Amino acid sequence: MKVLVPVKRVLDYNLKPRVKADGSGVDLANVKQSMNPFDEIAVEEAIRLKEKGAASEIVAVSIGEAKAQETLRTALAMGADRAILIVHEGVAEPLAVAKLLKAIADEEQPGLVILGKQAIDDDSNQTGQMLAALLGWPQGTFASKVEMAGESVNVTREVDGGLETVALKLPAIVTTDLRLNEPRYASLPNIMKAKSKPLAQKTPADYGVDMTPRLTTLNVSEPPRRQAGIKVADVDALVEKLKALGVA
Amino acid sequence: MKTLVLVEHDNASVKDATLHTVTAAARLGEVHLLVAGQGCAAVADAAARIAGVAKVHLADDAAYAHQLPENVASLAAGLMADHDAFLAAATTTGKNIAPRVAALLDVMQISDIIAIDGPDSFTRPIYAGNAIAKVRTSDKKLVITVRGTAFDKAAAEGGSGTVEAVSGAGESGLSSFVSEELAASERPELTSARVIVSGGRGLGSGENYHALIDPLADKLGAAVGASRAAVDAGFVPNDYQVGQTGKIVAPEVYIAIGISGAIQHLAGMKDSKTIIAINKDEDAPIFQIADIGLVADLFKAVPELTEKL
Repeated sequence: MKVLVPVKRVLDYNLKPRVKADGSGVDLANVKQSMNPFDEIAVEEAIRLKEKGAASEIVAVSIGEAKAQETLRTALAMGADRAILIVHEGVAEPLAVAKLLKAIADEEQPGLVILGKQAIDDDSNQTGQMLAALLGWPQGTFASKVEMAGESVNVTREVDGGLETVALKLPAIVTTDLRLNEPRYASLPNIMKAKSKPLAQKTPADYGVDMTPRLTTLNVSEPPRRQAGIKVADVDALVEKLKALGVA
Repeated sequence: MKTLVLVEHDNASVKDATLHTVTAAARLGEVHLLVAGQGCAAVADAAARIAGVAKVHLADDAAYAHQLPENVASLAAGLMADHDAFLAAATTTGKNIAPRVAALLDVMQISDIIAIDGPDSFTRPIYAGNAIAKVRTSDKKLVITVRGTAFDKAAAEGGSGTVEAVSGAGESGLSSFVSEELAASERPELTSARVIVSGGRGLGSGENYHALIDPLADKLGAAVGASRAAVDAGFVPNDYQVGQTGKIVAPEVYIAIGISGAIQHLAGMKDSKTIIAINKDEDAPIFQIADIGLVADLFKAVPELTEKL
């Protein structure tokens, strides 16, 4: 079974985003960018399936500027076998990305596509579900456990009230939540090896997908800031405050 | 504009998340609801009584019993032929189904809106709330998920909508429900509680969490939550988690105990009306946003607080 893993290059999760003064967006010039953390979990899960003998080949895909090559090399260094980069400068909305991924899935015929549940830049949480709809495949979103079971896969999902397990007929879509696994670091020898793994470059036009955004960003601003309040000296003072708030 | 709101329910009653979504939908136009489930006629009747609801579409079929997105999304997409906007709460149920509806309609979804600026313009947080974006869509139909804390609840009573049975394609045969482990609790739900007591890594263990947080929450009639650090450390299950990747909450009073205030946690609770922090480290980032701070050893302060309330 082939596993397809889409990965996105985003502002590194350790960095605080800075809103541009002209309100046009978040400043991404000269800041560290890395693989979306949920996508790292997706790559890790694919590698574990391969290590267990459930997957035969892992194909990593990214859609974005040419520099997204680095993100794909990271996936290759972790253990993906080959990579496809669809070069697109400018905004790539989840719907357009899902259409490109559908075209790749049609070509590659994977048994499983594992995606991060959301990217930490636009926080859309859409691509996996959209891809599932376009392919007419079942989806197991927000996965905390993935178990292959013959012609289907059992996915345990993190839902608001606890956990839910669904059985999905293969081929299927899985999106990862935080507790699915802890991604490995790529070792130096593997980073070197990844440099010679195949990385194909394509364009959206190769797949006949129109990338014109449906949404226009009118303005991006800083959220209202919360001011620090007061410190109370002891528990008695805190009890007074709670009484004043009408909760005690 | 005619809207279609996905009703969240457990086949017995309407969940509060739906009431917030109805308020958002009412700002766009006429409110229709979709109740998809099994043996859920009582849900449809209750939904029809929500203030402002014109019509409830009831799809009662075993295929919809567990809100499987493969089945519910194609039902909803079919109904969208007669509606202009599909809205769902930005809960795990809504987030599972809405993008699937959007793709079936060839629409770019607008996720997690916190304000409606016009019939095609919306405000939504990006970068975990570190930036706020205003967007305008060019799509003819709208698919939207709604952040509950940003919209008041519609009144659960007072409406007189009609209930109409509908049917869709039913069972897709793609997926099936296996099991669920839902936390049973007498306490209010995190996302709708007036007061939340939340514990972090500073508690040290699951036993300490329950020994200190639970009694205080009981005294205050509060919901209980936790930071990601406390969840990852195994103190409490994942459904306790408040934060960017957990639940987004905005209660009247949020009490953070032994929580340092990582960005990911603040993203989930910084819209609370009053934030109270108890932490022994006076430099903890939580104090930079707390309205009331107490620098103290939580193992002494929390039992004392519980007793004095």
